[in-house]
Parts: sequence; C-alpha cells; structure tokens
Amino acid sequence: MTLSAERVSWAAGGTEILKDVSLTVETGEFLGIIGPNGSGKTSLMSLLAGIRAPKSGSVLLDGAPIGLLGRRAVARRLALVEQQAETGERITARQAVELGRTPYLGALSPWSPEDDRIVDGALEDVDMAYLAGRSWHTLSGGERQRLHIARALAQQPEILLLDEPTNHLDIGHQIGLLDLVRQQELTVVAALHDLNHAALFCDRIAVLQEGRLAGLGEPREVLTEERIRTVFGFDVEIEQDDGGICNIRFLTRRTQKRAPRAQGRRTLSAMGA
Amino acid sequence: MSRAAPSIGRAGAAFAALVVLFAALWFGAAIGETAIPFSTVVQTIANRLWDAGYPLEPIDEGIVWSYRLSRAVVAASCGAALALCGVVLQSLLRNPLADPYILGISAGASTGAVGVAILGIGAGFLTMPLGAFLGAVVAFALVSVLALKAGRGTAAIILAGVAGSQLFNALTSFIVTKAATAEQARGIMFWLLGNLSGVRWPDAWLAVPAALAGLVVCLLHARALDAFAFGSESAASLGISVRRTYLVLVGTAAMMTAAMVSIVGSIGFVGLVIPHAARILVGVRHGVLLPASALGGAVFMIFADILSRTLIPGQVLPIGVITALVGAPAFALILGQRRTRA
Repeated sequence: MTLSAERVSWAAGGTEILKDVSLTVETGEFLGIIGPNGSGKTSLMSLLAGIRAPKSGSVLLDGAPIGLLGRRAVARRLALVEQQAETGERITARQAVELGRTPYLGALSPWSPEDDRIVDGALEDVDMAYLAGRSWHTLSGGERQRLHIARALAQQPEILLLDEPTNHLDIGHQIGLLDLVRQQELTVVAALHDLNHAALFCDRIAVLQEGRLAGLGEPREVLTEERIRTVFGFDVEIEQDDGGICNIRFLTRRTQKRAPRAQGRRTLSAMGA
Repeated sequence: MSRAAPSIGRAGAAFAALVVLFAALWFGAAIGETAIPFSTVVQTIANRLWDAGYPLEPIDEGIVWSYRLSRAVVAASCGAALALCGVVLQSLLRNPLADPYILGISAGASTGAVGVAILGIGAGFLTMPLGAFLGAVVAFALVSVLALKAGRGTAAIILAGVAGSQLFNALTSFIVTKAATAEQARGIMFWLLGNLSGVRWPDAWLAVPAALAGLVVCLLHARALDAFAFGSESAASLGISVRRTYLVLVGTAAMMTAAMVSIVGSIGFVGLVIPHAARILVGVRHGVLLPASALGGAVFMIFADILSRTLIPGQVLPIGVITALVGAPAFALILGQRRTRA
C-alpha cells in the first residue's frame, strides 16, 4: 500500500497554492507535514485524500490515480480527519463514530453486529467508550477530536491522514492525541504546526514553503536552524538528545524586547516629574 | 439508532405507521361540514373497490369517494413529499431553515406551471407538472448561484432564497396580470395560495407515485445523507460521491415540489417544520427520520385540510393559510433556538 503525490499543483481562485510537490508515503511510517500558515498543508492533505483533484500532476494509491478509484474503495483504505469538522445535527458521540462504517454499508445492506464491534473497538482505542452516549454538543474540543479519530479508525484504513489534529487542544491533550495515533500502527500523514511535536513523533518530515516542497527527510536532517529561519522566519537553537530526537528552542529576543518597555517607564516618570 | 432494529421491530413500526396513515385518511373522509359516519366511509370504500353493494345514500357516497377521499389522499402525498424535501434540503445544505418554499423552489415551480397553463409555453410538449419541474430546477439553480456568490453561509442561502422567491412570485404575477382573463386570474391566485378544493382522483395518480418514488430515492440515500452531518468534504472522505448525491437528491426534491405545486399550489412551512418535529421525536438518523417525516407530513396535511374546511362554516380556507398559521410561529421558534445554541 503506497500513497504518492507526483508533481501535483493546485490553485484556488487563480492563486497557485501548491506547486510541483512530489512525495511518497512509506508503508507504516509517520510522515509529518510542516510549514507556515498558508503554505498549502491543508490543500496537500485534501489532494492526498483524493477529495480534490490536482490541477496538474497526480496522486497515486498503489500506482493507480486516486481519482479513478471509486470513492468508497478509497474510503476503505484511507481515512481523513479534517481540521475542526463540526455539525449542527444533534448526534451522539457514538453516532459520529458510526459514520466511519459508511464506506462498508450499502443502501440496502443492514448494520451488523460486526459493525457494532468495530465501532466499540474504535471508541476504546481513543479512550472515549465511557462518553459514547453523550451528545456531540456537550463535548470539549479534545473529546470531539478524539471522536473524529475514532471515526477514522472505524473506517479500518491502512492510511490515516490528519490535518492539524491538535489545533485548539491544550498541551496535555496534544501529546496524548499524537501518542494515541502513533500506537495504532497505521501509516500516518499528519499536518502539524508544532515543530517539537513533529520532531518527537514523526519518522520523516516534509516542509512546505509557499506551496513548494522545501525539504523532506528524517527530523534531524530536515529540522535545521537554517531551514527553520528561511521557512518560518525566526531563529532557533536545536539540541539533539542521545536518541537522536531534536529539541527546538525558540530564541525570543529578550534584550530587544525589554528596551522599549524600560523606555516607556522613563517617559512616564518624566511626565510625572 | 442505526443499529438494525430487530426485523420484527422494524416491520412493527412500518405497520403502525400505515395504521396511523389510514386512520388519518379515514378521519379526512368522515369529518367535514356534513359529518359522515365512519362506517359509511368504510362501506363506501368497500362498494367502490370490491363492489360490496352496501345500500348507501348516493350523496354521502359521492361526497366521501369523489371529494373527501381523493382530497385526503392528495393532501397526504403532498405533506409527505414536502416533508421529505425539507429533510433532504436541510441535511444537504446543512441549514435548519431550508425548505422548498423558503428556498424559492415552490415559487419557481409556480412560475413554470403558470407559464405553461396561461402562456402556453412549449405548447403540447410541456404539461403543467413538467413546466413546474423546469421552473423548480431553474429556481434552485439561480438560488444556488446567488448563495455561492454571497458566501455560502446559512444566512446567504436564506437571503438568496428570499430573493429568488420574490423574483419568481413577481414573474408569476406579471404573467397572470398580463395574459390571463379575469376568471383565470382569480382561479390562479386561489391556487397559488395552496388549495385542495379542485382536487379529484386523477390528481392522486400524479401525487401518490411522485411521493412514493421520492420516498424510495431518499431512503436509498439515507446513509449518504447521514454522512453529510460534518459537511460535504467529510462526506467525500467517507466514500460518498458528493456531486452525484447532490444531483440525485436535489433533482428528486425538485420533482416532488413540482408535482405538488402543479396540483395544489405552493404550500409553505410543512417542509420546514415537520422535519424538525420528527428529529426531536426519532433522532437524526435518516433511515428512520425520512419515513417518520413523510408520515408526519402526511398526517399533518390531512388534518390541516380538515381544519381549512371546517374552521369557517360555509367557507373553505386555502390550506396554505392553515400551514402558515402553524408554521410561522414554529419557524420563529427554530430561529430563536439556533441563536441560543450559536
């Protein structure tokens, strides 16, 4: 099972969003996609999921263009968790996860005990079984995100695509969620905004800059002080621990920041005098 | 809820639904300015369907068979079809205020029907229901384009619908004023308000198949509609071919609206209010929600029709007046609820 993008480009409203991006997702790996806001992460995720067609180039699933495979066949092999998908329907937590069985159910084929078992398992996997009966609207952002992942797991995919799955979660839930995904032993492609999370969880990292691929490889190869400066526009210090895991420290320019404040205070006292 | 109810439970529910429907039809035939005993209704049906030969007053038999029963059957089909349209449009557009009336589809269908009936557009080739269907499709296309331009939001769709309704209602009035005789104009204005007075059995042969076909198509797409809960991209990632589902379901909704408008005129609020009531009663899963809404719409319309015939002695109110009197406050309620939830 391989998923690859071959020189894909995509544009919206005349603006080029992705330009000539090529990458291959290896079976079983955790591939992170990082880049500043607007660098095309979400667009790349939708192209890889096959819900949008590239303007040029192609996305291949096991060598076949994904657009030519049936939507149902794709949904059985590949599940996408969007950024903050919301609903106005009054559904329960369990019903949201049950949607994951859609690609396996025909118009006339009934829901089976096997489907029940898979949904139960998915709820267990994300540690949400005890909230299964709760109404969606009473759940927190973190709980909803875990349910989205359970829904994706209920699709029994081989590849899991996650678009900024930790957005709006507190730090404990961010780590917990990525850890949970890692434990599923699936091929994972995740757009991430936290560089330390990317360094911690990913086997390989792809860097997007203004719609182009600006780097692809293992975290310690990709996450260099220079690349982060050119792509994200700020200075960092990178330490590597014994396991080869990078730790990125952001350099806030303390001295420069304090100066105007001190100046302000002086002005005030001058006014008071 | 989507779990397969044991098949006995499902068959039982279907049976109960049919009992409720037939009971409502029975009421529709018995209640009216001249109350007719329930037994007479049964005997009339037996006489007509199986030549049972019960001795009945020809007048009673005539009222029950030719007027009230046909009327109740058409009312039921119409209510069911409009409620189904409401469910489908609300789910596809993810908009709790969507229904054929508010989105201007009914107004478009009216214009199409009037265009054929009065101007004789497509003379010979187009019948009134076909004209209504074309009008409905054009109206929906126009409203969709407007809504897209206005930014896709809940408000944008409703505003586009309002604009569309106004435009098509104005077109209808223009055609009627310009081309119709005074006699025609009065008839058409009464029909536009939603009116079951002229309904006879031949109308039922259009209404019943249209509602049943619509119900079957919608039920076949029940799981697809479920998958739209988190939006169309989420539906696509669950393996639904979004464009095909849109085309089939919106086409079906336009077909049902057109059939009903060409028979009874445009009737508002049934498509809006019944689906919400059904959601509260049976939940959001479309496999249950669709038939429940169809039943609710059918029963609601039969009773709205009874009310319209009996509320003012000696006069028949247009049925659209009754549905609006119930529907407008319900609409306000839904609006208020949304505000508190947002």
